[in-house]
Amino acid sequence: MRRISPWSTPALVVSAVLITFVITAGPILVAGANPIEAYVAFVVLPLTSQFTLLEVLVTSTPIMLTGAAVAIAFRAGYWNIGAEGQLLLGAIAAAGIGTLVGGIPPILALPIMVAGGAIAGAAWAIVPALLRVRFGIDEVVTTLLLNPVALLLVNGLLHGPWRDPVTGFPESPRIAATAEFPTLVERSRLHLGFLLALVVIAAAWYVLARTPAGLRLRATGLSPHGARFAGINVGATILGAALVSGAIAGIAGVSEVAGIQNRLTGGLSPGYGYTGIVVAMLGTLAMPGVAVAAIFLGDLTVGASSAARSLGIPSQLGAVTQGVLLLTTVALLAVRRHRARRTDGADAGPGGAVDSAAEVAT
Amino acid sequence: MTFLVDLLAATLRNATPLVYGTVGETYAERSGVLNLGIEGTMYAGAFTGFAVAWVTGSPLAGLLAAIMVGILAGAIMALMTVTFGANQHVSGIGLTIGLIGLSEFANRLIFQGGELQRIQPMPTVNPLAGAGLLGGIFDQYGLTWVAFLVVVPAAWWVLQRSSFGLEIRAVGENPEAADAAGVDVARTRYLALIIGGALMAIGGAFFTLALLGSFTLDIIAGRGWVCVALVIFGRWRIGRGVIGALLFSLIFSLQFRLRILPEFAALPFEVLLALPYLVIIGALALSGRNVAYPGAYLKPYRRS
Repeated sequence: MRRISPWSTPALVVSAVLITFVITAGPILVAGANPIEAYVAFVVLPLTSQFTLLEVLVTSTPIMLTGAAVAIAFRAGYWNIGAEGQLLLGAIAAAGIGTLVGGIPPILALPIMVAGGAIAGAAWAIVPALLRVRFGIDEVVTTLLLNPVALLLVNGLLHGPWRDPVTGFPESPRIAATAEFPTLVERSRLHLGFLLALVVIAAAWYVLARTPAGLRLRATGLSPHGARFAGINVGATILGAALVSGAIAGIAGVSEVAGIQNRLTGGLSPGYGYTGIVVAMLGTLAMPGVAVAAIFLGDLTVGASSAARSLGIPSQLGAVTQGVLLLTTVALLAVRRHRARRTDGADAGPGGAVDSAAEVAT
Repeated sequence: MTFLVDLLAATLRNATPLVYGTVGETYAERSGVLNLGIEGTMYAGAFTGFAVAWVTGSPLAGLLAAIMVGILAGAIMALMTVTFGANQHVSGIGLTIGLIGLSEFANRLIFQGGELQRIQPMPTVNPLAGAGLLGGIFDQYGLTWVAFLVVVPAAWWVLQRSSFGLEIRAVGENPEAADAAGVDVARTRYLALIIGGALMAIGGAFFTLALLGSFTLDIIAGRGWVCVALVIFGRWRIGRGVIGALLFSLIFSLQFRLRILPEFAALPFEVLLALPYLVIIGALALSGRNVAYPGAYLKPYRRS
């Protein structure tokens, strides 16, 4: 791939983080706290004790998976903004299967549950993908609109058939003990889901970087017309990327149910699907970057929730930071691309939906 | 009969925020920019409108504050997509995440997560109050009257008949040609996004200042995304978009009435609530096949 600029990707991402911190100093000052103290609390403090460090990994687990899901779709030039809904479908499947596998040993029960969640997530992704590939209907709108529908499905189940018959709480029955993800470290919440996320990242990296399918996917994302000209079945490639993306988001839902909640709850996902977009872009759509970005955002989230208690900064600042981070990252990527084009005199590059980020990722 | 009058009145009422949002998004997209910041802009409009009205006691002050926030949101979207030429999908999602986060952050600071605060909502106006039962259809909020009688015709006229509207359409179809003809592409897109942002924010503020009189989390609940779908459904035409908003609102208002009927008691109300979203996806599947997007849709423009 052609060299793009003298500005390396890590430098760009670090700059995005620093600019974000300058911008979010505003709301921190409004909340009556010292921004420097706040950033120490957000970024550094969570890494200083074993308990909080493990919590960072726990928090990074679902967003590493949704980040990988989003990155795969974006690399194919398919704008799947529906990871939130696909995650919820995976969670529904896990909560359902988890109650049925009581007599089955974990070595079988857990793979069944993960596969079920992946299928459910892919199933939720298939309608927008088919509409896009068959009829050219914009997937952005359809994937977005299915997110509130998935949440309504969760709430409908919790207020209807799965409501706790004894307490009346909107919580599904607890999954079988054999269906729970084992914890990796004693007296912590770190569970098998984190390892699963790392395996998914490694597998996705390998497929994208080292296999013909990955090459087809990247080529489709860079230039659908060029890919079609080169004999690639663009429709099938996009459909495949969309389904894999949905399946990985579904696994994120399984991981939250089997590793943390042990049942379906209404507040299962505080927007992990949308955070996945931040993770994917901050990781510049490359799998190692996604893993690092997920851990960084996990760090910020754990830090923000403890800073809410210690410094009186509302934890909602975490969402503000995510939004600003997304804007600064994508702005810097665009500026870099523009500069590269001016200096090396390259053409307008891939048109349509494909973004600079697909160009920088390797 | 009462049911029908009631349903039609609710249809106009519930269509109002969608009309503002759809017209606003149409302006953005006709200039060549998909503004996915709409969901966050509506959310921030709803919150700002409410918070300012609560502090000042004046819903009108709340509305003006919401408009200011909408203008700012549109300007940020323009800075991202026009000045930096950044990816429009990601910029819009970032704007939405940031604005929802900022609104909830401020909500926490101002109201401390205490009990739900209320304001006196804007009154309804009914010029046909004496017209018997049917007059009930027209018992609407001022913002609803303004939406249908002022904003829609004015937005249509500006976009289709004024020279400014021609410039918006030109930079959205073919910015190179527009530039060559002396149109300032960046300025036109900034203005289209700012006008659109202001309209989206009014749509959001309608929930808190008129419809509900209070602010709750997740108040927009995907209606911004509905507006984006309605723009496609309306093929980027104001009139068709408004018809789409009315149809969506009719289904929404109908399910709201169905779920209190005893026949539907066994059905979790979420099933009916999901219906409008599924209907609009179905409508897109039927009507949105290979539609002609604005020529410069999603494409940043740089002079070469």
